Amino acid sequence: MRGLPQLLSRAKRVRVGFSASEPVLAIQAGILQPDKFTQTFVQLRGLQSSNVISQAPLAAVADTDSGKQLRQELEAIVGPGNVSSGESVVLQHGQDEGPHQGKSPDIVVFPSSTEEVSEICKICTKHNIPIIPYGTGTGLEGGISAVDGGVCVNVSKNMNKILQIHQEDFSAVVQPGISREMLNQEVRADGLWFPVDPGADASVCGMCATGASGTNAVRYGTMKENCLNLEVVLADGRIIHTAGIGSRPKKSSAGYNLTSLFLGSEGTLGIITSATVCLHAIPESVAAAVVGFPTVQNAVDTVVMTLQCSVPMARMELLDEVQMKACNEYSGLSYPETPHLFLEFHGSESEVESQTETVRDIAADNDGGEFQWAVQQEDRTKLWTARHRAYYADIALRPGCRSLTTDVCVPVSALPDLVTATKADIAEHGLIGPMVGHVGDGNFHTMLLFDPADPEEFRKCKEVANKMARSAIALGGTCTGEHGVGQGKMVLLEEQFGKDGIDVMRQIKGALDPQQLMNPGKVFSRN
Amino acid sequence: MALKVLVGCKRVIDYAVKIRIKPDKLGVVTEGVKHSMNPFDEIAVEEAIRIKERKLANEIIVVTCGPTQATETIRTALAMGADRGIHVEIPLDQMDTFQPIHVSKVLAKLAEQEKVDIVMLGKLAIDDDSNQTAQMTASLLNWPQGVFASKIDKTDAGLEIIREVDGGLETIRTTLPAVLSADLRLNEPRYATLPNIMKAKKKKVVKMTPADLGVDMAPRIQIVSVEDPPVREAGQTVADVDDLVAKL
Repeated sequence: MRGLPQLLSRAKRVRVGFSASEPVLAIQAGILQPDKFTQTFVQLRGLQSSNVISQAPLAAVADTDSGKQLRQELEAIVGPGNVSSGESVVLQHGQDEGPHQGKSPDIVVFPSSTEEVSEICKICTKHNIPIIPYGTGTGLEGGISAVDGGVCVNVSKNMNKILQIHQEDFSAVVQPGISREMLNQEVRADGLWFPVDPGADASVCGMCATGASGTNAVRYGTMKENCLNLEVVLADGRIIHTAGIGSRPKKSSAGYNLTSLFLGSEGTLGIITSATVCLHAIPESVAAAVVGFPTVQNAVDTVVMTLQCSVPMARMELLDEVQMKACNEYSGLSYPETPHLFLEFHGSESEVESQTETVRDIAADNDGGEFQWAVQQEDRTKLWTARHRAYYADIALRPGCRSLTTDVCVPVSALPDLVTATKADIAEHGLIGPMVGHVGDGNFHTMLLFDPADPEEFRKCKEVANKMARSAIALGGTCTGEHGVGQGKMVLLEEQFGKDGIDVMRQIKGALDPQQLMNPGKVFSRN
Repeated sequence: MALKVLVGCKRVIDYAVKIRIKPDKLGVVTEGVKHSMNPFDEIAVEEAIRIKERKLANEIIVVTCGPTQATETIRTALAMGADRGIHVEIPLDQMDTFQPIHVSKVLAKLAEQEKVDIVMLGKLAIDDDSNQTAQMTASLLNWPQGVFASKIDKTDAGLEIIREVDGGLETIRTTLPAVLSADLRLNEPRYATLPNIMKAKKKKVVKMTPADLGVDMAPRIQIVSVEDPPVREAGQTVADVDDLVAKL
């Protein structure tokens, strides 16, 4: 089994971070039953050490037998057909859709229930083996890369039911195998929709894990505003409900906000096995509009004024001139190569009409060009073609290249400066970097193109990306608006939060995952 | 001058569902399985509504032939904007032998009774893939047909229809009344919104049986067997060309 020696040597390695370790070892070898004091002792100790280990169970056995034992134990939980260490399977489960080379896990399991996930975690905790949760593998920051090998827990393949839909309460409870498009397909007959749209057809639970957002966030919010409750399996196998068992009220003051804690934790605190999410009413009328501007400043001014007029915009997307050029070439369009705003209005027919009028006037006041708009479904789709196909248009600019997609978010007023500075940087490094921004939130992405065979070019892209993130932090923003930290932004996270901030995160991690098994090597580095 | 449109829609197993064959191999499992409106019928309903929005038609009647649950399909069409519904009830155990020929006879009868100008259908249903109903209905009524329509326009003399055919696009002109069937690219159907779903509850739906329309239900086609496609065999990797030749 590939990677097995690495897996076993980790389990055999004795890394003791503190003295008086006997109670810890004994407890984890299942020899000593912990009393209340010792339990607290272990947990407190866990806070200070990031390398609590277990040793006795595997140390006595030979290498290959251990691997077989692990496989047998996993097969006993999920069934032999749901455990795989096949090369293509592990390869697929270590690589997401980002530019970073992912590392494959040693073994992939496909549980069919929360209880099975819990048993899997208990086994991995017993043998001190890393656990990597896997949804749809559509992330961009290497969140599923098994940096230390381990067991990849694919919770989407067999756990794929919509557990409940509450039409009148506007909420649904879904398992990890339900993607956002599947959920939408199911609820649209009731006149409802799930508005968080990150582009990819991601698992809804996975979107909770990364705190996903998308083009509709300006009106409907991100995943954080649309999640009511999570069922989470912790590293030690405990199953908790972050807002209460079966709870789905719109608001609550009960206890610590665990939902917020696990939302965006990128699999480092537990595995999400079900999510209760908010649904919204499908708008009665939808209109789309596209308008060009001479400069990014004009476009952003339009956005700020629109928001100040309290126009409830559903989508506000900024495409810069490089992106417009790419879209023209790829989709055979003929937009002027200047920054453009792509807009969408939701509401009743009269509301949409008046909103469109208001924004048309504001755009004109800011030197906006021709204001094209459409109401019919196909016409709207056509109008937004440029935005929908943006990513592919970028890749087509340099066939064979890949893209390092950056993701920063700043207060809207800081956007023009950051965009200008970034463009200058991109030009200085001799790169191609079209830009697409969720301008209503101050969040924008640059697709920095690089030749996968040219590490120097990739390094330059990373340099530009890091500089952009640092500028964003300096301007009062964040190093990642939607994609998460994963592996690539750990250093930036420390810069954004400072030592004490990160230490608090480490303490929480240590309390919930003392053995550091949950998705190691992500969000922040180990001590 | 305002036209009256009769739209046919069918309740079928949802396109995303994994189909399972019944043990008796004479059909597929439908119990407890998610059903929805045939996607081509959604396009047909959408087109009828757009014709009304263009002020060319003033009434859209939606009709479905099916078991009790088929009422949901009518409600969806009403929520999209149809005016009233007709539910021709077929008992669940007779659904297996209820075939396009029967549907055509029902539609032809209703078209005459309601004095409609256009009968609008989906080009085929995704469960039986027959692509027969529109053509047979036209034949029974002796009306012109514009099937696989990807664009429909009103002219002074009747309709101008662009059809999707194997070689490309064909433009035909017909008089009215006519039977049309919707192809995929005719339009993108709207979603039913909550206010419209609420309004739809108040719209009239009339129930009747095929016998009320003088249609006999005797099957003309007998299904002999339904089988899964053959299971794909595992692939084999070969070391080199010689190995491949030997295996072949």
